[in-house]
Amino acid sequence: MGASSSTESNLMASLQRNLSKIVVAPSFAASLFFVYGFIIWTAWMAFSKSRMMPVYDWAGLRQYERLWQMERWHVAIENLLIFGGLFIVICLFLGCLLAVLLDQRIRAEGVLRTVFLYPMALSFIVTGTVWKWILNPGLGLEKMMHDLGWATFKFDWLVNSDFAIYTVVIAAVWQASGFIMAMFLAALRGVDQDIIRAAYMDGASLPRIYFGIIIPSIRPVFLSAIVVLAHLAVKSFDLVIALTGGGPGYSSDLPATFMYTMAFQRNQLGISAASAMMMLATVMAIIVPYLYSELRGGKKNG
Amino acid sequence: MADLQTYGQDSGLKHTLLRGLLYLVLILFSIYYLFPLFVMVTTSLKSLTEIREGTLISLPRVVTFDAWNYAWNEACVGVECSGIKTFFWNSVQMAVPAVLISTILGALNGYALTKFRFKGANIVFAMLLFGCFVPFQVVLLPMSVTLGKLGIANSTTGLVLVHVVYGLCFTTLFFRNYYVSIPDELVKAATIDGAGFFTIFWRIILPISGPIIVVSIIWQFTQIWNDFLFGASFSSGGSAPMTVALNNIVNTTTGVKQYNVDMAAALLTGLPTLLVYVLAGKYFVRGLTAGSVKG
Repeated sequence: MGASSSTESNLMASLQRNLSKIVVAPSFAASLFFVYGFIIWTAWMAFSKSRMMPVYDWAGLRQYERLWQMERWHVAIENLLIFGGLFIVICLFLGCLLAVLLDQRIRAEGVLRTVFLYPMALSFIVTGTVWKWILNPGLGLEKMMHDLGWATFKFDWLVNSDFAIYTVVIAAVWQASGFIMAMFLAALRGVDQDIIRAAYMDGASLPRIYFGIIIPSIRPVFLSAIVVLAHLAVKSFDLVIALTGGGPGYSSDLPATFMYTMAFQRNQLGISAASAMMMLATVMAIIVPYLYSELRGGKKNG
Repeated sequence: MADLQTYGQDSGLKHTLLRGLLYLVLILFSIYYLFPLFVMVTTSLKSLTEIREGTLISLPRVVTFDAWNYAWNEACVGVECSGIKTFFWNSVQMAVPAVLISTILGALNGYALTKFRFKGANIVFAMLLFGCFVPFQVVLLPMSVTLGKLGIANSTTGLVLVHVVYGLCFTTLFFRNYYVSIPDELVKAATIDGAGFFTIFWRIILPISGPIIVVSIIWQFTQIWNDFLFGASFSSGGSAPMTVALNNIVNTTTGVKQYNVDMAAALLTGLPTLLVYVLAGKYFVRGLTAGSVKG
């Protein structure tokens, strides 16, 4: 190839590279503005005196102080811990159990998988609507049990301020556990069969093989699942709105519903922004270490 | 796969019993997962009197589609009593452009970031990726100010913009990870032949992108159709998407509570995504795992 055609191809290549940049530029700009810019903007609002309208007079940490003095915020945080903790633990347990059960050469495995996973395709609003009907104390589960002959059965969690948050756990587990099952099942299928065979030859029992070899070897999936679930828990909003509306009172509020109420109903933009920043910090505390280890460990999947 | 059969340590009766137990447990779990769907369907087909007399699990004695008809044509969303159908079309008008735009941009981004890598491409990708994790509460207030300034507050256009912007990170992620595994030689050979950026994309890359396009479309469609937060925050009255309308119908406190209508409306809202799931479940799961494990 001659020198001139080589420069030409260099020119072409350089043009192509620029074209590549030009193509990515709008998305990158959108991300800079709508993600990074907005985070800074919210952070700024949280340092301002904003109430009904956004104003940008510096108020220091005043909004954060007010936030942490609010009983309602403490309820929301406590609920997040209860909800998040139970949601993660139950989903992990159910997901893992279902995956192991399905891994036993089950006939109609495809059908069962579809059944376990379909709730994930629904909107949380739909899920909330159904469970609200099922769990309603008048005509729902309670009446069903009465008619079946269990006359003293009582289930009023939905309208009981001490227990309303647990109904959110019930519905959320129903929705998300199938997905965790799918994650585990994929991982189980990837376990090296030779090791299992060897262990079996050595006389290990099936439970021992599972607890001793298979489950430890899919440890990374546990971590991924926990991160996914924690992320879902912190962002939970729709389900609470549809199921309990945050009530009775504000007894089943989560940070996400708290933030929304302050922003769009209570005209407390500053507090709202401060609570959003707290949520961001929580998510970052979960995601950043995870991503860091993922990117360092599995560079090839990038 | 480790299972009892391959390692048949239990023989005869014990084995049969264990298998039976296994299937029993699986069936019980299936009942648990199917129960809400069953309740939704049966309740939506009953009259209110039957709902009050029967229980959750009683089948409708007389099947009636009145509740479906009422939910679609007459149910009140706020002060507007013309059913959920207008809101269904709102959701369609919001989802279709948002899904298409974000998928096209995602494909181009993924292609550019892998096949025509520029300096800093990795950093750009990492920065885009970050958007997948941000809890949307942190962008709600600025977004509502911005949409107001742009004059597209409370409009479908506004929601399309929002969904495109926050869907981009996922679609870029899907395509980027898919294109990484396509050999660079393919592109290099075409470059030497004189093909340009878009020619290569159109002639070589796009024809082999089928599966990931499906994954991206399904993921985006499910996300956008099921969204409630953005819909509730940035729309009002007649421009609201279907999820917002459903929530409105269900939580209306005036009048007699029509559980059958609630259930019919919930089913109508859930049907499009359920349909997608049933028809293309494999791609749905792929999107889920790619979208949440890696992103």
